[in-house]
Amino acid sequence: MDKIIAADVAWMLCASALVLMMTPALAFFYGGLVRRKNVLSIMMQCYVIMCAVGLMWILVGYSMAFGPDRYGVIGSMDWIFLRGVSIVPDSFYGTSIPHLLFMAFQMMFAIITPALMVGAFAERIRFSSFLFFIILWSLFIYNPVAHWVWANGGWLSKDGALDFAGGTVIHVNAGIAALVVSILLGKRDGLVFPKSPHNLPFAVFGAGFLFFGWFGFNAGSALGANGAAVVAFVTTAIASASAGLVWMFLDWFFNEVPTMLGVATGIVAGLVAITPAAGFVSPVAAIIIGAIGSLIGFFFVTKVKPFFGYDDSLDVFGVHGMCGIWGAIATGIFASKAYGSGSGLIDGNPIQVWIQCKAVIITILYSGIGTALLYFIADFIFGMRVSLREEHVGLDLTQHHESGYTLME
Amino acid sequence: MKYIVAIIRPHKLEDVKKELLKEEVHLMTITEVLGCGRQQGITEVYRGVKEVDNLLRKVKLEIAVNDSFVERTVDAIMRSSREGEIGDGKIFILDLEECIRIRTGERGGEAIG
Repeated sequence: MDKIIAADVAWMLCASALVLMMTPALAFFYGGLVRRKNVLSIMMQCYVIMCAVGLMWILVGYSMAFGPDRYGVIGSMDWIFLRGVSIVPDSFYGTSIPHLLFMAFQMMFAIITPALMVGAFAERIRFSSFLFFIILWSLFIYNPVAHWVWANGGWLSKDGALDFAGGTVIHVNAGIAALVVSILLGKRDGLVFPKSPHNLPFAVFGAGFLFFGWFGFNAGSALGANGAAVVAFVTTAIASASAGLVWMFLDWFFNEVPTMLGVATGIVAGLVAITPAAGFVSPVAAIIIGAIGSLIGFFFVTKVKPFFGYDDSLDVFGVHGMCGIWGAIATGIFASKAYGSGSGLIDGNPIQVWIQCKAVIITILYSGIGTALLYFIADFIFGMRVSLREEHVGLDLTQHHESGYTLME
Repeated sequence: MKYIVAIIRPHKLEDVKKELLKEEVHLMTITEVLGCGRQQGITEVYRGVKEVDNLLRKVKLEIAVNDSFVERTVDAIMRSSREGEIGDGKIFILDLEECIRIRTGERGGEAIG
């Protein structure tokens, strides 16, 4: 049996907490960007996901995603209610930490992924159907994809796909699902684009804490206090720095002025782009990955979205989907044996780029089609969209009978 | 000269502004207000305690116009803010005694536009 290493346990406990913190950070990031009358609704959605998906993870989610493999497609039900998941390390997942800790770390990932999607259907979704939809999505979209890429025996992982901290599983998956839902749900009524954020400091605060939490996300994915964690930590810091700066200059060049929201968005774009590559690439490659990630994100947010006119309210697809796709492919290009356990194009292994592309395409197809199906089911049973009157009054008052701000004492 | 005060639904503001621009009414003052009329308020609940409040958020527009502009302004507001249900708001028209542009000291009708 493998031996528990105290340093690894300490780091993974901290990393898990850091990743959990990203969901409240997201609540502020998104909350600041919506209109005042919907601030609580979006925070509520993030927080409820922490509770609902967290619980689902314990009941069946973990077993579906990481349980003993069935045909490379899904985990078996052997570990439901965490049966057999104890403080003894698993022989495959995080061999130097208690199995329970690995489960807890992965739980935080399962939580943040659907929370990312919230930005796409902001300001117009009915809360009850949202809750139903998000639980189905977590069960039938997130868990299988996590299994394919990360689980012992998952077919994409056997295929050789590299995904350090969740570029395909989390960002491509959530980004594509967000695009699908935002198209099916339709545009918000009578909104003049672009809509100015109601509380930009909230968004800036949220982005900063996402950055902070992301160190747990990426460096924690090394599953120990080791060299890979350090590589991931450094590349994470570098990629987001370069992406934030690039976005600022793009703003300056195309929109005349550098903007606060631009820098904050750029930082998030860089974090997304480096996620799948974090523990595999050199610091210099991280600069390039971040910079190009920003370029792609900027292009999709400011050009592609207005062109097609889909209402991806908070740019989940533009930032998470597209930068996630770029990051996954970039991993195949820049992975280097000198820094991690994979080798890509620059190491003379061009086939890795194709393997990465395959994983991305499969995720896009599965997530896109699966999300649409779940959407139709939820829409048929509950009706996904609020009435026009409710949309006008705002989701805070109509869905939760609360308001974020008072006008008078 | 008249002083037109309109209380409208907040989400209608963009439409109203657009219609006013079409009628070449460019100058207005806008405030966010709370008020109650015949429309019922929404009950809020905080930790189980209900707060029955009949005050609703509205937007108040104040527009000073010359007499020849009054009807166009009122028409523009009416057609852009009406939903045909209780809560659409009201328009008040007041006589305006004097108007002074601070920069130039102009007075009356010239100072309005």
